[in-house]
Amino acid sequence: MTALLIRDLRLAFRAGGGFGLGLAFFLLLAVLVPLGVGPEGATLARIAPGILWVGALLACLLSLDRIFALDFEDGSLDLLATSPIPLEGVVAIKALAHWLVTGLPLTLAAPVLGVLLNLPEPAYLWLVASLAVGTPALSVIGAFGAALTVGIKRGGLLLSLLVLPLYVPTLIFGAEVVKRGATGAGVSVPLLLLAGITAGAVALLPFAAAAALRVNLR
Amino acid sequence: MELVVDNLAVARGGLTVLEGVSFSLAPGAALILRGPNGVGKTTLLRTLAGLQPAVAGTVSVPPESLTYAAHADGLKAVLTVEENLQFWAAIHGVGGVAQAMAQMNLTDLRARRAANLSAGQKRRLGLARLLVTGRPVWVLDEPTVSLDVASVALFAGVVRAHLAAGGMALIATHIDMGLAEAAVLDLGPYKAKAPVAPGGFDEAFT
Repeated sequence: MTALLIRDLRLAFRAGGGFGLGLAFFLLLAVLVPLGVGPEGATLARIAPGILWVGALLACLLSLDRIFALDFEDGSLDLLATSPIPLEGVVAIKALAHWLVTGLPLTLAAPVLGVLLNLPEPAYLWLVASLAVGTPALSVIGAFGAALTVGIKRGGLLLSLLVLPLYVPTLIFGAEVVKRGATGAGVSVPLLLLAGITAGAVALLPFAAAAALRVNLR
Repeated sequence: MELVVDNLAVARGGLTVLEGVSFSLAPGAALILRGPNGVGKTTLLRTLAGLQPAVAGTVSVPPESLTYAAHADGLKAVLTVEENLQFWAAIHGVGGVAQAMAQMNLTDLRARRAANLSAGQKRRLGLARLLVTGRPVWVLDEPTVSLDVASVALFAGVVRAHLAAGGMALIATHIDMGLAEAAVLDLGPYKAKAPVAPGGFDEAFT
């Protein structure tokens, strides 16, 4: 399994691997929103939590279709399916690799971009915490969507339509954590719900995704 | 350790293409599958590899003993020859990458990226993967596509060495690989009868 993780990370970091795509998108969004909205600090501070979370979510979405499509096209997925690693494990590792390449850099870059959006100071800790807790759910839910659409040529549109509704609870609770953090209110309820979504997704969706892959490989 | 296929029926796209296929394969034996295009060789091999369910019949084979080589080689273009093989060796928990490269005449290409290989070289690399799986039963779908005469002979030698070590091979191919000792199974007679729609064909027009 480590070998698969290392290979996926190596592929992501080599030329054309897609590392930095989500991060660049997130950066562009955070730079462009203040230019579009205007320089009023109070307005920006109010919308910053939502913008940062929506940006992180869309940046995750950008690279989802690569999770299985590339391996499907070159035949690796067939070979992985007949390998000693259970398909559930393949899904979990690929979701983890996606998170390491997308979710983790977004989480680490978010505080810097928060400055651009005039995010109130107490919210920084909660921004990082909510993204760290919430983005794994985005990767696992995305892996499930990618598994459902793996055999479809140019399945990106269908994938986005399938996955976006599933992303909504994560977005609502994630942005709520940051909003409450900004005003100094208690954040434990949305943070726990966010953690619950992530834990549930990580526990259940690899099995669903593996079942979808088995159907699509036929 | 034996591969036994009993009365197997396989379907492609919901349509049964082969039925009543039965054969068995003992250690050290090879079986060559023949049949015209579209008869269902690939479908049969994918069913044996466990990638799709059988319509009827049974495949009895010890778990984790099959390895499948398809039309697509499962290579990553940005990885080198050696990295590609090392990955599959690590997945299967076996070594022997250097030996596999030597056997498939890839040692000189070890540091070259798969993107810069010719079609035949890619095929050789895809076939070298079989050697680092450590699995006894090789299920090969047209392994000689884009190989030159010398490489076909090289690969036939690799298969022969695998059989001599107690392995088995099931090969769908149109060309003569020079494996004189292998049995040949013609899939033509197993072709499924065309399904008759219930109530006859007129139903759609009434």
